[in-house]
Amino acid sequence: MSSSDLTSERDLVPQATPKGDLAPERDGPRDTGLDDATLHRWLERTWRTKPGIIGALSSVDHKVVARRYLVTAFVFLCLGGLNAVAMRIQLSGPQRGLIGPDLYNQLFTMHGVTMMFLFAVPIVQATGIYLVPLMVGTRNIAFPRLNAFSYWIYVSGGIFAWASFALSMAPDVGWFAYVPLSGPEFGPGKRADVWAQMITYTEVSSLAVAVATIVTVFKQRAPGMSLDKIPLYVWAMLVTSFVVVFAMPAVMITSTFLILDRLVGTHIFNPAEGGDALLFQHLFWFFGHPEVYIIFLPATGMVSSIISAFARRPVFGHLGLVLSLIAVGFLSFGLWVHHMFATGLPKLGASFFTASSMLIAIPNGLQIFCWLATLSDGRPVIRTPLLFVFGFVFTFVIGGLTGVMVASVPLDLQVHDTYFVVAHFHYVLIGGSVFPLLGAAYFWLPKLTGRMMSERLGRWHFWMAFIGFNAAFFPMHLVGLWGMPRRVYTYPAELGWGNINLFITAGAAVFFLSFVLFTFNMLHGALRGAPAGNNPWDAGTLEWATTSPPPSYNFARIPVVTHAEPLWAEREALPVATGLRVDARELVISTVAEARPDIREKSATPSIWPLFAAIAVGATFLYSIFTPWAVVWGALPIAITLIGWFWPKGDPEDEE
Amino acid sequence: MKQRPAADLSALPTYGIGPRSPTWWGTLGFMALEGTGFALAAGAYLYLALSWPQWPLGAPRPNHWPGTIVTLLLIVSLVPNHMLNRYAEQCAIMPVRIGLVVMSLLGIAPLVVRWFEFPALNIYWDTNAYGSMLWVLLGLHTTHLITDVGDTIVLTVLMFTRHGNSGRRFGDVGDNVFYWDFVVASWIPIYLLIYWTPRLG
Repeated sequence: MSSSDLTSERDLVPQATPKGDLAPERDGPRDTGLDDATLHRWLERTWRTKPGIIGALSSVDHKVVARRYLVTAFVFLCLGGLNAVAMRIQLSGPQRGLIGPDLYNQLFTMHGVTMMFLFAVPIVQATGIYLVPLMVGTRNIAFPRLNAFSYWIYVSGGIFAWASFALSMAPDVGWFAYVPLSGPEFGPGKRADVWAQMITYTEVSSLAVAVATIVTVFKQRAPGMSLDKIPLYVWAMLVTSFVVVFAMPAVMITSTFLILDRLVGTHIFNPAEGGDALLFQHLFWFFGHPEVYIIFLPATGMVSSIISAFARRPVFGHLGLVLSLIAVGFLSFGLWVHHMFATGLPKLGASFFTASSMLIAIPNGLQIFCWLATLSDGRPVIRTPLLFVFGFVFTFVIGGLTGVMVASVPLDLQVHDTYFVVAHFHYVLIGGSVFPLLGAAYFWLPKLTGRMMSERLGRWHFWMAFIGFNAAFFPMHLVGLWGMPRRVYTYPAELGWGNINLFITAGAAVFFLSFVLFTFNMLHGALRGAPAGNNPWDAGTLEWATTSPPPSYNFARIPVVTHAEPLWAEREALPVATGLRVDARELVISTVAEARPDIREKSATPSIWPLFAAIAVGATFLYSIFTPWAVVWGALPIAITLIGWFWPKGDPEDEE
Repeated sequence: MKQRPAADLSALPTYGIGPRSPTWWGTLGFMALEGTGFALAAGAYLYLALSWPQWPLGAPRPNHWPGTIVTLLLIVSLVPNHMLNRYAEQCAIMPVRIGLVVMSLLGIAPLVVRWFEFPALNIYWDTNAYGSMLWVLLGLHTTHLITDVGDTIVLTVLMFTRHGNSGRRFGDVGDNVFYWDFVVASWIPIYLLIYWTPRLG
């Protein structure tokens, strides 16, 4: 499609004459014909985050919110990692007395919930919050205030969980908190309630981000970016967001039912009064299995971006990859029962879920083959991001293979609750998500900071991480097959697991040090690195069309897209759209399939109210672990803050 | 990177209604996730009902009349709701104001009857799991109802101020209509589940 098609007479809706009782539009200056310096001054004045503490707390810029998310999630990664280091020191030899069973239970629970709910999901969503609006060529995420709200809720949930840990009140029931262990009978105190409410915080936040992402991708794509021209990373975030929308409510229902059982005496999970403990597992894993793909699918999008940039060609099988993403998204909802093979399910059900678990390997395998084909057909330039992609392919394939193994019931029963399973899911999660994320950090951080990270340190980092990871987790397969159970705080010397556990701990230490090196490289790169320029990797998608770091308004003029890799197709000059107002936050709303420009929509202005609303909601959640009346008392401040949020303040953004 | 102007968007309108507007899609997204929550809660009820042969665990049947009245009120409310939608599309301020007042009242009315629905369940939430599930289902929908009625009242007040005469606000009215349809539609399966499944056995 040529860019002239976009604005042919046929498609342009003429400016609606004011109808009914509509106030006439108060027009403002447009960008048409403005020189670059004047345009920049106008847009910067309109879109900037105001200076000062109030300005910072009111920011709705997707890049500012995403940076906060990324830093916060990284802090939680470090905390969760320190949990793991503490556990590995305790397990490095038989009968060590460093950590007792009670603290150990809290440690592995906090490790799990931190990594899953406070690191993995938020960091993949945060990467999307930063990149999706840039990649689709718009000026802010849809519902920017909702996005800001989601961050405040997320960070308060994280602080709540870690403050509880500091008070020795952290959940100690495992990251999936099965009943009856977490129920009112066997889980006295507030620890299981902390688990349940932390879930509520983080799920509210990720549901909000998912809706904002979906609408950004559907309605805010640059003119001309029809469905077939959407970058694979954006497709991955779109499918992920849909999985979030349909999976996260399950865990909110689970945690709400649990807290009702604990707090007001309902019997939903109590078999003595007509409830059912297995219902908890069904509801939890209806979320829990898609959760794995919520973490993994964005990583595949990152891999596609990195591979096409370094193989110097568009990804082989673009359509096949998109269909694989969608297939994985659907199939991820049909596997949850394979986490429950040890509960004595009917044979037919177990067989069905074995088959569906093996089925999902097909679209995943297809993706791997498409990437390999891209690399073999291209002229790969081996840089740090691509090294991490190689690490991902190697590690994830091993994790996938053990996954096919544990999908079969007899083998699963044998290794259930052993270190074999621990090895399997760390290969899948670290291999499938953390390695691509690290590659993505080397790839996209120059866009955030404007400076390159060190390539030499990057290579050191990769090899330390790769060797450390495999040294720590490969032997877990063996010790698991020998029978070492998960979640034990120690083991007797006679079992002969001492040496291999010492080796695992040494590997974990190397893996940990690789993150120290990574942190140094990030900080050093951000402060002292070589200037990155707009497009350091000569990649083809729109985020590289703007400066590094991008201005508050992302693009001085909205790009017009003619190809899936727009910057490779238009090397001379980027086609852009004109005619938007510069004195109000205007962006382009386009049609869902064809991305024809449809509306000049106003994007919300900064507001402190999302923070106040988050405080009101967060306080209600916190209070509700003590009394059900919290919901009643909390309703008023929540209502007030939401009205403050939505009530128009007279800006053009509110009125027109 | 150099740029060349390729499209002029200056003649585009500044608002759109229905699926043209991002807010409509956002509303749809929230309906999808709330609908999933309802479906899972209903699924949990059916899971327990099918697990226990003696369901509803010897409890007396609920009195369906308050629930039936709520259902009728909700169905009747759809008529003015859709009239309101047409006025919002025409951007006619006075009929929209009247329509919103009517819809606020038609939101409060089922809430009043809802107060009598809880005792009509004839069981407490802590009696057994059957009672728990009834209270949970009814509680979920009540939360939903309260939220949307609150939203409607705020929007009504807003439309009586000078902020009302904008395309964006008329779009908000349309989305409110859309959401009310969902509140009504999500009630029907819950109503059948609460009052009529126990009568099947």
